[in-house]
Amino acid sequence: MSTTDMNTATLVDEEELRYARAEKREKIAKWLLPVLVIALAIFLWDRMVVWNDIPHYILPGPGLVLETLIKDWGMLSDALIVTLKITLAALAVAVIGGVGLAILFTQSRYFEMSFYPFAVILQVTPVVSIAPLIFIYVDSRIAGLLLCAWIVAFFPILSNTTLGLNSTDHNLRDLYKIYGATRWQRLRYLQLPTALPYFLGGLRIAGGLSLIGAVVAEYVAGTGGIGSGLAFRILEAGYRLNIPRMFAALLLIAATGVVIFTAASLLSHALLHKWHESAIKRES
Amino acid sequence: MTLPPSIPPMGQRDKLLEMSNVDKVFGGTVVALKDMNLTVNQGDFISLLGPSGCGKSTALRLISGLMRPTSGHINWEGGQKTGDLGVVFQEPTLMPWATVEQNVWLPFRLRGKSIRDVQDEIMWALKMVGLEKFQKSYPRELSGGMKMRVSIARSLVTEPRLILMDEPFAALDEITRHKLNNDLLELRDKLKCTVIFVTHSVFESVFLSDRIVVMAARPGRVSSEVTVDAPYPRTEEFRTSAEYAELCRKASDALHGAMNEHGTRASA
Repeated sequence: MSTTDMNTATLVDEEELRYARAEKREKIAKWLLPVLVIALAIFLWDRMVVWNDIPHYILPGPGLVLETLIKDWGMLSDALIVTLKITLAALAVAVIGGVGLAILFTQSRYFEMSFYPFAVILQVTPVVSIAPLIFIYVDSRIAGLLLCAWIVAFFPILSNTTLGLNSTDHNLRDLYKIYGATRWQRLRYLQLPTALPYFLGGLRIAGGLSLIGAVVAEYVAGTGGIGSGLAFRILEAGYRLNIPRMFAALLLIAATGVVIFTAASLLSHALLHKWHESAIKRES
Repeated sequence: MTLPPSIPPMGQRDKLLEMSNVDKVFGGTVVALKDMNLTVNQGDFISLLGPSGCGKSTALRLISGLMRPTSGHINWEGGQKTGDLGVVFQEPTLMPWATVEQNVWLPFRLRGKSIRDVQDEIMWALKMVGLEKFQKSYPRELSGGMKMRVSIARSLVTEPRLILMDEPFAALDEITRHKLNNDLLELRDKLKCTVIFVTHSVFESVFLSDRIVVMAARPGRVSSEVTVDAPYPRTEEFRTSAEYAELCRKASDALHGAMNEHGTRASA
């Protein structure tokens, strides 16, 4: 044992200690710095409003925004739930549609040749310009919103998953062929696991996009009353010059986006940390 | 898992596979392999030795059934079944999302067998390559040499009649390569398996095989065959013996002969 002690004593030299200290500092800074910067930004925002005597109908201070958020929580939380429902439903349909189409694409080249351009056209056409038409043809407002959000969100999942399904190691493909794998076995045991990291990358983008799609669609749809989401609350508050409420609703949308992104990142980590390069910490 | 008592001497072995007058032409013009004839007997350790472009890998792909010959025939004695063939590539070619035992399970999995039903076979194959303690590890946790061992275990697990190895140790460092060469011979001695081994290395081919098929390029073809009659088991002593040096010289001469043959450009 004494030799081991001596070894550790000699092995941990000054440089190593310095390295360990730097690592520790970095770990703390990773959390502390962003929090400090955000706090500083909010503080400056508050001071700007106070020092310049900006009236709250032009720029409310952070305190007032928070106050409004609490005061209007009943109305805003209802709106948040509506927006969340549309966002998550659109994301779910985008996942099913994107992955489903990607699988069909890789199963049949002819299918891909026929429908890939169609998917690209849907993707490159700005949703704001299709949305009015959708709301003319689709009676159900919810279905229209969902359709808009889906159009925006599904493409990254489709293109990423297609790329992933086609990225299988060619030697593994040969091996599957030699062992007489069926098309279904190859898809399930080889192509889908290969595509998983690509899909999760697409999901992270699609999560944000489905929220954007839901918000933009609601702006276009524009109808109010019961069952309106956050975007409509922002529009409505704008007409009434209730700027603090606009900020409060905006805050909720931003927070929702952050939560969706974080959830997708956590899911990605949970599924990949055991084997994929992206999730493996580099040693030294 | 029942093994024949020993490999009979060359000349007394049963035929396993025959390639007769096999040609492979790509795109109507590029002759990758011309008129290849090769009889593989049970228990043979055959090296395909030659410069790049000599059709070694093409020959392997033809035998594995991944390609069909343009003309000529490849016949297995008694016909070929899935599981008759094990393949080891230049890279370990493991699925990174699967554990070691799941990777070795693959040939059985594709035949619809659950991992529990073939647990014994998997453990046996892992024991053969000395990795029985690593069954639950992921490939990324293993070294390059260990990954290659998993790949070899996967090729053994169905107890195939023929194992094809396409430069399996080319990407490893020399020390690991020597170790794996020794272990491969030990394995072959235990399993009495038939191996076709593609390599660039004269030394490796002499150490491992009892038959070296020397190939020439442009067009890819068999140039000559060198018989390595040194007895097995071959150990580290063999690697430094005069006999080994002499055999290497013979194989090297054959290889240079192949490279200077008519029809081969003076390159490579």
